[in-house]
Amino acid sequence: MAIRRGRGVAAINYPTGMNLGGDPTQALVHSTPTGNFMVTLSSVDLGQGMKQIMAQICAETIGVPTDRVVVDTADTDTGPHCMGTFASRGTHRAGNAVIQAAREARQVMLEVAAEELEVNASDLETDGQGNILVKGAPQRSISIFDVALSAHFKRGRSISGRGMFLIPRSYPEKETGAMKPSTCYAHACTVAEVEVDDETGEVTVLAVTNVFEIGRALNPKMVEQQLVGGSWMGISHALYETTEPYYPNRDHGGTDFNQYLMPGPGDLARTEIIVLERPSADGPYGAKGPGEMCANPQIPAIANAVFDAVGVRIDTLPITPERILRALKAQAPN
Amino acid sequence: MELRKSYFADQRKDDLHEIGQPRPRSDSPGHVTGKTTYFADRNFPGMLHLKMVRSPHHHARIRSIDTSEAEKHPGVVKVLTAKDVPHNVYTILILIQIGPEDETVLADGKVRWKGEAVVAVLAETERAAQEAAAKVKVDYEVLPAVFDMDEALKPGAPIVNEYHGRNYYLYDSGECRKVRFGDVEAGFAEADHVLEQAYQSSPIEHAPTETTGCIVAPEGNDRFTCYTNTQAMFFTLDNASIILQMPGNKLHFVGGTVGGGFGGKVDVIVEPIAILGAKLTGRPVCFIYSREEEMQISSPRAAETVVIKDGVMNDGRIVARKVTGHTDAGAYSRHSPYGAQKGAGHYPGPYTIPNVWIDTYCVYTNRTPSSAMRGFGVTIGDFALEVQMDKLARLIGMDPLEFRFLNAYRDGDMKAHRQPTEGAALIECMQEASRAANWPVAEQFMAISSYAKGA
Repeated sequence: MAIRRGRGVAAINYPTGMNLGGDPTQALVHSTPTGNFMVTLSSVDLGQGMKQIMAQICAETIGVPTDRVVVDTADTDTGPHCMGTFASRGTHRAGNAVIQAAREARQVMLEVAAEELEVNASDLETDGQGNILVKGAPQRSISIFDVALSAHFKRGRSISGRGMFLIPRSYPEKETGAMKPSTCYAHACTVAEVEVDDETGEVTVLAVTNVFEIGRALNPKMVEQQLVGGSWMGISHALYETTEPYYPNRDHGGTDFNQYLMPGPGDLARTEIIVLERPSADGPYGAKGPGEMCANPQIPAIANAVFDAVGVRIDTLPITPERILRALKAQAPN
Repeated sequence: MELRKSYFADQRKDDLHEIGQPRPRSDSPGHVTGKTTYFADRNFPGMLHLKMVRSPHHHARIRSIDTSEAEKHPGVVKVLTAKDVPHNVYTILILIQIGPEDETVLADGKVRWKGEAVVAVLAETERAAQEAAAKVKVDYEVLPAVFDMDEALKPGAPIVNEYHGRNYYLYDSGECRKVRFGDVEAGFAEADHVLEQAYQSSPIEHAPTETTGCIVAPEGNDRFTCYTNTQAMFFTLDNASIILQMPGNKLHFVGGTVGGGFGGKVDVIVEPIAILGAKLTGRPVCFIYSREEEMQISSPRAAETVVIKDGVMNDGRIVARKVTGHTDAGAYSRHSPYGAQKGAGHYPGPYTIPNVWIDTYCVYTNRTPSSAMRGFGVTIGDFALEVQMDKLARLIGMDPLEFRFLNAYRDGDMKAHRQPTEGAALIECMQEASRAANWPVAEQFMAISSYAKGA
């Protein structure tokens, strides 16, 4: 009887957005009289930080600092339609809608600035700090604050824009299954290191090294929070979780966090996250949706590491001590 | 976390001001100081609490329902049964033309899983609603139940859901979604080894911090505002509109920050019945799942079985892959026909294989209805695929990582569902994992890229 070490690998991909498309999201953008910008959506922030990302996307597109953008969302009386926050679609779908709306608003903003500066709108650029400058002659400039005031009170222009993003729905061909499930895919490779106690069947995940390719890290800190959380969830899925521990007997399902097992602070592995960026052709600034993907590769990597450690295959989730011990017993010579 | 900018540097311009910057989240201070408002932080004068009477049986006919004692219980304002729901039989994906309607808001004549909602009780307090719910008398005739997908698919198995009339979802392609690419039998015939293995999973719980729920307030003008933590505002509004036969312009949905979703809040369960309660009583109604309901009543991830049969050559090439996937929907469809379909589009994984055969089934049993959960349609498939890859590598005596490099898809490769691969990055992820985890592979694999061969 001994503690045995093992290592396993898994490599995966994951589609961004609703399978087969057909899932629209709209956005509206408008400026306030003093040159702040409102993004109006009906998308839902699940705690992953969608509002912050939409603000950064709008700010980048219009050419203002992020703190000049406010996001109003999840109200069906004010926000235009969004299919919902699921299927790793929020950033990709809503982000594209926000870019389209922000581009339209930016164009009006530049037209008003052009009238104030008596130049062509195509000769203007933003400095990202709240000013509009004449290209090549940055001493000729106007603040976005003043442009918005002019638009509202002098020139009667609405600095606003509409955005809509829809990937047309694909219908699978009945006999061959020819179809377009998604327009872009995120990728991952995870290496897990485990210790398995061959007397108790207990698995300790020592380390997970996760490499994720996500198109573009729009906000690296928020990418990190989502990927680390997902990695923990994958470990939990692999080793602990079931609502029916004695299936097919349906009794004894967990009804609270004391009974429904999930990893506690002492069960968390050393977690390494490395991010690669291959921008997707149709993503907002190249972003893909890694929200679901990041909880997947740990599961098979741990299963393979358990095999590497003790030489038994557990092909049924979760990989419990009981299943490991039964497999070891079945394998042992009499 | 580290960003490795050396990969794909030729495909990126790092000339952005706001994107790529680790700006602090504007909502974080509210979250960590307890100031963020969630839907349940609202309180309205005269608000009623809704509790469900739930089926204690996995499968039973309802002979009769007697609510008289419950109605007399102090504090009870209204008791609702199936006849009170205008369009009681519904299915949420009807909005994207995936039918038939197969689920009842409140059970009508039959229950198909243990925990199914039968009677809704509205009372002045949560306690009164709970006590009155215990006084509802339902006379059941228990029916044989089926908990196993193989059993459910056998001839003569009890029919779980009469709206389907069979224990599987009927796609336009028949009893399963199919993908056919190349000649899988010829591939097995030419292979040096054939390996067929079966994988299975259990339902699991989303375990959000905030349980599913809503509060509905009449606006006084025959409009109703529903404060909810749904993940999909209009999807829920439009389904509520169908169930209640109420024009959508009478409904106003307000969300906000949600305390975790993970797919558990895209079913439309609490909102329609709470709106109906508010409409029939003229009072605000609160319907929030207890932790027990969240864990045992709300949809879990589906149990799945995946059988993979592969043909592999001694040199490491996979020449044929056949996948048969079964998704246990439980008693009702919810999002499961979509999940099983998503699996068909995902197999055979991120590898280029010339001969592929995929069948994915959505099966009905008397288990708790499953539905969306982070990665559904793919997560269990990836578990099965990647354990299978490990077994194949060891079968032919190759390093598991090198075996994946050899079969990894690249730009331009044709996938089994007949889309050319674009934007692949599997190879680079594996190269970086090889370095970071100190898992050395042969030099040739570190030199290749996902770009099309010869590009």
